[in-house]
Amino acid sequence: MNATWKLLKSAPWSARFGLLVILVYALAAIFAPLIAPFGEHEIVGDVYEPWGGNFLLGTDNLGRDMFTRLIFGARNTVTIAFVTTCFTFLIGSSTGLLAAAMGRWVDQILSRIVDVLMAVPSLIFALLILSILGTSIPTLMVVIALLESTRVFRLARAVGMNVVVMDYVEVARLRGEGIGWVIFREVLPNISAPLIAEFGMRFCFVFLFISGLSFLGLGIQPPTADWGSMVRENATLISYADVTPLLPAGAIALLTVGVNFVVDWFLQKTSGLRDEH
Amino acid sequence: MSTEHEPGAGAEVLLEMRGLRIEGQADEQWQEIVCGVDLVLRRGEVLGLIGESGAGKSTIGIASMGYARPGCRITGGSIVFDGIDLRSGTAEDFRRLRGARIAYVAQSAAAAFNPAHKLIDQYCEAPVQHGVKARAEAQTEAIELFEALQLPEPHTIGFRYPHQVSGGQLQRAMTAMAMACQPDLIIFDEPTTALDVTTQVEVLAAIKRVVEQFHTAAIYITHDLAVVAQMADRIMVLRYGLLVEEAETRAMLSDPREDYTKSLWAVRSFKKQAATSEHGKTPLVKMDRVTAAYGDLTVLHDVSMEFHRGTTVAVVGESGSGKSTAARALTGLLPPTAGQVLFKGEALPADYRQRSRQQLQNAQMIYQMADTAMNPRQRISAIIGRPVELYLGLKGRRLEERVRELLAMIELEPDQFIDRYPEELSGGQKQRICIARALAAEPEFIICDEVTSALDQLVAENILILLDRLQRELNLAYMFITHDLATVRAIADEVVVMLQGQVVEQGPKDEIFSPPHHEYTDLLLSSVPEMDPDWLDSLLEERRKHAPTIQLSGN
Repeated sequence: MNATWKLLKSAPWSARFGLLVILVYALAAIFAPLIAPFGEHEIVGDVYEPWGGNFLLGTDNLGRDMFTRLIFGARNTVTIAFVTTCFTFLIGSSTGLLAAAMGRWVDQILSRIVDVLMAVPSLIFALLILSILGTSIPTLMVVIALLESTRVFRLARAVGMNVVVMDYVEVARLRGEGIGWVIFREVLPNISAPLIAEFGMRFCFVFLFISGLSFLGLGIQPPTADWGSMVRENATLISYADVTPLLPAGAIALLTVGVNFVVDWFLQKTSGLRDEH
Repeated sequence: MSTEHEPGAGAEVLLEMRGLRIEGQADEQWQEIVCGVDLVLRRGEVLGLIGESGAGKSTIGIASMGYARPGCRITGGSIVFDGIDLRSGTAEDFRRLRGARIAYVAQSAAAAFNPAHKLIDQYCEAPVQHGVKARAEAQTEAIELFEALQLPEPHTIGFRYPHQVSGGQLQRAMTAMAMACQPDLIIFDEPTTALDVTTQVEVLAAIKRVVEQFHTAAIYITHDLAVVAQMADRIMVLRYGLLVEEAETRAMLSDPREDYTKSLWAVRSFKKQAATSEHGKTPLVKMDRVTAAYGDLTVLHDVSMEFHRGTTVAVVGESGSGKSTAARALTGLLPPTAGQVLFKGEALPADYRQRSRQQLQNAQMIYQMADTAMNPRQRISAIIGRPVELYLGLKGRRLEERVRELLAMIELEPDQFIDRYPEELSGGQKQRICIARALAAEPEFIICDEVTSALDQLVAENILILLDRLQRELNLAYMFITHDLATVRAIADEVVVMLQGQVVEQGPKDEIFSPPHHEYTDLLLSSVPEMDPDWLDSLLEERRKHAPTIQLSGN
């Protein structure tokens, strides 16, 4: 506990700001029903009501409270993005490390599959698959996780390769350890720093990906509150010089910036440690 | 400038450090690593700094440029170079001095050269930047220097990239680079430590020649006494950041005063007792006419060796001679293309993946770099405990007891070390843990791949004594790979000399070390520096006489 506190105190202002943003978002997501004044799908007033009065940030195109939907949006979008990123890492790092540790044809096959997946622009690929399979949250998560995991695969394979050639991995192999031990006990603990840093970055990309798909109408479906689709639904207001539709976009931007600050700090810390040796 | 060739008390003082104090940061605390050292260097003089690692010799060497490594700071004393106070110098002052008047030659030339540029471009950078010479002039001089340093093809070698020349050549190119601006002072930081003995002789001779020729002052940092004896006019012995003793080289060698200096001189006194020969019996491990290749490149040709219980076979040769490859073929990491490996008369599968757990258990390996041989994210208990768990099936309390026993066996206090991470250990302690891990499998055969090369002499000697004790207690067979002949003399029962993937000579130690030698064995033996300060000169004289028969430019 003390160590955590000391670590936080040594963090630069940017990282502290990032941590604060993440904390606020996490609280909003967890306690959404308690904070929000209305229900998620509840139509409470007129269409496009202005800020103030009953409605802190006005109402949307169907007369739902904007503030409420922003808070529920945090819950939906952030949770889905987080779970998807976890999947991404599960798939990406396990296949990447497998390729690094096994080498030869396993590496060849996995790497070529990844090359093929990466050759098609991921947004177009996702649109294609989602329009074939239909849009549901599980499909969405699997498709995005698969597409994004190609990047994680490359990272895990690259950093894993540097570790696989170390003498201690050779020792483990000569001892007769299985591939699972080599990957999870010898290699993974030594590449956790770059992987965690990548996790933060990848989370942002997944987040933007989901929001982008939602904006195009293929992501999270109404009436579920989601920041990407909220921008689209209220886009009309932009013509009237109203900033309301940009609020969800701002929420996305703020979280992205916050997460990146923390990631930068983390990267700097781990690379700084490496310099000392 | 002094024209006197023999540096003496009369020559002008070039560098003077008084009461130098340097602190280094460890665990966010500043600790003094150089605690008040005085150093005086006159023009044209070569000063040797010796001591174990951590003695502060490199730190002092670098401080003579007014520089401290990141994580270090100069906190006290004065550094005056040719009347310029380096403690209060500005960045601009330093820029004018460094490279131009003070140059530095690092231990690893391979790491100090930029792999993306040709040697000649890197050579010319300093003189051109400092405005000392024009590019064309620098280039002509480079060729002269390459010639003086006896680099092959001096006219064209500069146009190669660093990876296209050998380690010894690169180290000489780096010396040439340091000479580029004709500096007043060059700091040599262990320039030959990473080289083979045969290559080392050439680099030493080259450095000695140009330093004398250009009348350059030098600080020569090394932990090898025999090397410093060849190079230095005067020697300073350092320990824990303090000066232990300082004297002229000959006086220091013939009459060391301090106990610590004497202990350095006395090192290498260890000799194992001769093992009883078990020839005639089935060898424990036998390499039978093994040939192995990396891709299309055959690196082992028809190599046979035998290992008996309780004896040590030392495999010697310079880097690239195939001695480590022989170990890799034995362990199955590099499956042989022809020939086989026999264990107690039974053939082992060529690839380690096809060997049974018991076959793997019987042969263990200890590596040169203990740092990379241990997973930095595992505690000592896990590192040593894993083989015990895997091979012997011990769990829980009994596993821990066994780990404690093993730690006691390698003379480390179990309570103190069992929960540590590798980075919390010193170099010698790390190597001991690696030995414990090998023992944990309860093997009959251990391969030691240059296990003492990365260690200081005193520490290395203790490791050898430990290995010898374990061999007697557990009746182990060792394959001891090394390029250091002093180590061979200490620990071997039998010697295998390798050159270019072939065995050139093998037999009992006494036979190999007494004449008549194979031509290559002779070159190897005569290249080991001796304490005698005249050794290098007389050796070169000797070789010049027999020049046609011995090829020196082997690399």
